[in-house]
Amino acid sequence: MISYIAKRLVYILIAMWLIITATFFLMRLAPGNPFASERALPPAIQESLNAQYGLDNPWYVQYKDYLINSAKGDFGTSMKYKYRETNDMIAESFPVSMTLGLEAMFIAVAFGVLIGTIAALFHNKWPDYLMTILAVLGISIPSFVMATILQYYLALQLNLFPIAGWKGFAYSILPAVALASTPMAFIAKLTRSSMLEETNSEYVKMAKAKGISKPVIVFKHALRNALLPVVTYLAPLTAGVVTGSFVIEKIFSIPGLGKHFVTSITNRDYTVIMGTTVFYAVILLLAVLIVDILYSFIDPRIQLRGGKSND
Amino acid sequence: MKKLGTLLLLLVSGIVLAACNFGGGGDSDTTEDGEAMKELNVSITSDPPAFHPALATDTTSGAILASAFEGLTRLDAKGEPTEGMAEKVEVSEDGKTYTYTLRDAKWSNGDPVIAQDFEFAWKWALDPENAADYAYQLYYIVGAEEYNNGEGSADDVGVKVIDEKTLEVTLVNPTPFFDELTAFYTYFPVNSKLAEENPDWYKDPSGEDFVGNGPFNLDEFASADHITLSKNDNYWDKDNVALDKVNISMIESEATALKEYQAGNLDYLGAPFNSIDLNALDGFKEDGTLNVSDQAGTYMIVFNTKDEILGNKNIREALTIAIDRQGLIDNVTKGEQKPGSGLVPLTMTGFEEPADYFKSNDIEAAKAALEKGLTELGLDSPADLKIKLSYNTSEAHAAIMQFVQQGWSKNLGIDVSLDNSEWQVYLEQLDAGEYQAGRYGWVGDFNDPINFLEIYKRDGGNNQTGWTNEEYTNLLNQVATETDEAARTQYMKDAEEILMSEFPISPIYFYTNLSVKQDSVKNMEADPMGNVQLKYVDVEE
Amino acid sequence: MIDKEHIKLNPEDFEVVGERDKEAEQLSKKSISFWEEVLRRFMQNKLALVGLVLLSIIILGAIFVPMFSEFTYRQQNGDYNAAPSSKYFFGTDDLGRDIFVRVWVGARISIFIGFAAAVIDLIIGVAWGAIAGMRGGRVDEVMMRIADVLTAVPYLLVVIILLVVMQPGLLPMIIAISITGWVNMARITRSEILKLKNQEYVLAARTLGASTGHLIMKHLIPNALGAILVTMTLTIPSAIFTEAFLSYLGLGVPAPLASWGTMANDGYPALANAPWRLFFPAAFICLTIFAFNTVGDGLRDALDPKLRK
Repeated sequence: MISYIAKRLVYILIAMWLIITATFFLMRLAPGNPFASERALPPAIQESLNAQYGLDNPWYVQYKDYLINSAKGDFGTSMKYKYRETNDMIAESFPVSMTLGLEAMFIAVAFGVLIGTIAALFHNKWPDYLMTILAVLGISIPSFVMATILQYYLALQLNLFPIAGWKGFAYSILPAVALASTPMAFIAKLTRSSMLEETNSEYVKMAKAKGISKPVIVFKHALRNALLPVVTYLAPLTAGVVTGSFVIEKIFSIPGLGKHFVTSITNRDYTVIMGTTVFYAVILLLAVLIVDILYSFIDPRIQLRGGKSND
Repeated sequence: MKKLGTLLLLLVSGIVLAACNFGGGGDSDTTEDGEAMKELNVSITSDPPAFHPALATDTTSGAILASAFEGLTRLDAKGEPTEGMAEKVEVSEDGKTYTYTLRDAKWSNGDPVIAQDFEFAWKWALDPENAADYAYQLYYIVGAEEYNNGEGSADDVGVKVIDEKTLEVTLVNPTPFFDELTAFYTYFPVNSKLAEENPDWYKDPSGEDFVGNGPFNLDEFASADHITLSKNDNYWDKDNVALDKVNISMIESEATALKEYQAGNLDYLGAPFNSIDLNALDGFKEDGTLNVSDQAGTYMIVFNTKDEILGNKNIREALTIAIDRQGLIDNVTKGEQKPGSGLVPLTMTGFEEPADYFKSNDIEAAKAALEKGLTELGLDSPADLKIKLSYNTSEAHAAIMQFVQQGWSKNLGIDVSLDNSEWQVYLEQLDAGEYQAGRYGWVGDFNDPINFLEIYKRDGGNNQTGWTNEEYTNLLNQVATETDEAARTQYMKDAEEILMSEFPISPIYFYTNLSVKQDSVKNMEADPMGNVQLKYVDVEE
Repeated sequence: MIDKEHIKLNPEDFEVVGERDKEAEQLSKKSISFWEEVLRRFMQNKLALVGLVLLSIIILGAIFVPMFSEFTYRQQNGDYNAAPSSKYFFGTDDLGRDIFVRVWVGARISIFIGFAAAVIDLIIGVAWGAIAGMRGGRVDEVMMRIADVLTAVPYLLVVIILLVVMQPGLLPMIIAISITGWVNMARITRSEILKLKNQEYVLAARTLGASTGHLIMKHLIPNALGAILVTMTLTIPSAIFTEAFLSYLGLGVPAPLASWGTMANDGYPALANAPWRLFFPAAFICLTIFAFNTVGDGLRDALDPKLRK
């Protein structure tokens, strides 16, 4: 197990290097200048700005600097918000996104698995159809539409929730629901589909034949196996959700991390692009690692092995 | 299954732990002496890009800086210069030397405001090392441009400290609008003593070293969340400041800000704070709450005169005429803007009446001009004319450009395609001349026509049209040295006429300030520059 | 003892019954191919049929309605934000364009993007996931880490670069959506394969000498189809929404062309004063996704070897 994790960590380092390299070249090749301004700048000022951020160096020096700084975890000052350190921006906004993301994940997983299980148990009966329709609505309503509708009717018209902002738990409910709707629907569908497979499998039939009661079969045997694809999906989902959503943050004015991923790119704010990308990559890679480890807990048939091919 | 339970438990405890990250806290709503606090709630779209007066370039930063700082003069609610840090000013005969006597004012930490603070701030802004975008605002001062370009030295800049309370400023030319300029944020002082000790003072706006001399203190800054201003008890004119506290939340989406306003959580919508969602304008007009005032800004389409097709004056004229400006304003922009008739907005002295350089939406005249242009270009039919109309991505621009596109295609029969790109890319395209026709907007920093006319004085800089005209440049040079106001205005009018006879630009409309406010809010209106001075705002219960 | 003499075999005693052998070998149930069976079972699923009909209507509408409409998608008719009426079935937008025709033109873009993304996901994602899951070990490790790298690189930058190289339009967008889109599919397929590959029937097939390719194609993928189809039904809406988001950032289809996503995006701030601008594109997205879902579920049930009777 430990040697497996060590191996994985090496792979993660290689992956990080690839990600930083790709991002560096992509952002330097992209047209647009971080210091482009509506009022034309005198050349002396443009040069001085470039010098401040090391943009006057040849590309290989810049590349080397980015690698070293990324390794040190120091991404420098934002090029747009010149009084802000990239690290501070991430450190302040990530906890907000994480809180919201975990809430959304909780809603998505709890209700998704529940809905999916109910649908599978009543396969082709009305609860199944009802759940299917719910799931379809969840998947097919874009999150910005969902968010707007929730905000307009529940917050503004009915006054049940605050409209926007981030000042307490009540403020997080609507955005969490809006954020959770698509993953919840997807988890429900995935659970339903694999539950159906499991309930038709030999060991469940055997268990039935042995006279084990239905709830025991469902919860003790079938659900556990059925959740494997769901857990797979959770890794990238978690990484995506806890690092924030541009659209939801915008509609609910939440000071989260998600907007930085988009605005840093549209602003060509190189330092923030690199900082957020590396941060996201670390979270994603760790989430995938954790999920792979979780596999072995949930499904005893899968063993983690380092290196050796089992073909 | 147990393990799964543990997993869920972990998730739940994670949420509980993370819930500690919710901000907020109990704010008391009374002042020390028990009176009800006068609070104003407004919102801006994002973090202000700058908290340093010299580094600011936008109205959002400007609104906050004008609350925390004060220049030699200050603008009143109408946008006219009035008393600020200077108690007295003497102007020399030739209009080039200003001698200011500072009043006994204090920084918010108790330090006196001294002449050195101005000298320090202005030279800091001009230092090319500091790369201040708006340093050019100080170019009216002798030696400023040279220093900023790296050709001169700081010692040659015409700012002289006579003594702690006396400042002498020497200008290149007589500048009738210099009193307005000294109220502009690039001209604000900074506490030189603190700034020398801690050059990064502005990087922590709610920190101890961030001190101002304006009517409000910047108490709290939480990125992307809120800014809190509170009344500055050290401010010289504090008796005339009504508000105790200003809560500025950051709301990126206009639709969300609108809902907060409708729910009563915001007191004001409009520049320089969150603007009113376009979809709500009709409603506010119907219930009569919409305030409209003219703003010193021009929305236009610029033509690349170096382009093969748009190098032709008649084509440019045809395109300019064939825009239904009133239709656009009534149906698309909806802000009661004035149809663009020239470069200089109607807020400027001497330019109050719309000029008649061309007749908007006169399709016959447009067709005639087009016909002439086509012949000159050797083209047979309008359908052979392919024009790309560029704009930077935004829903509002997209709507306007699609309206213009439809007009040109339908009325002139030419083939118009739209091309949008991100702001940063768009600016590069314009500067490199890689466009045919493009959207452009200019909002004045101070209320003088020169602000606009100067753009087209020479090629490059903010002039992306490639258009230059010797006579035009000469007229502007005369404007710079002319001391007689009427003659100066006439020169500027003549210059605009030259510009508008060759159509390097097609004005679309003159901006308006649109705002709505709750009934309790008094004296809150944007001036022609789009500024709101929080100093004068009051809230009545 | 039987007196042989007494047994007399006369031809008259026998009758010709015809080719009875064939009948003997015939199964009581009619023999049909796998695909006939799939089709038969699919047709029995009423919900899936409804979905299929709906989808056909939308596709036919997308092709034909704009051809016969009185308006064009870019024509501004001078009636701004008009409510639905007999002239404008779905009302008009902020520039006075007929939403009815725009919805059908938008269908072309949205459905095309959804389909293209789904097909690319299916091809690359399933193959990638199946190979990684089957081979295991270092191959699996390397393949999955490549997938991680692709998810982590900001795809917005990729789109921006693609737009420099290519003309703005559908192609760069589909490439951008696909670059990261298939990774999810690969992950799900891989996890299914991991689960299935140690099961008895796979071991049995392997013992009988089946090749890896044969195993994947004949045993593993058909059994993993449930999860694969479910993932695909998510791919389509997410591609449609990604397109809307890219258009919002100005990286999508150039105006005045519209997709459902961009129409919904333009329409949602007008929820209070012109709700039809949001309702119709959103409703079409929902209907289409619903149709895809029911067809997908129907296919899943029809293809699932375990549900075969």
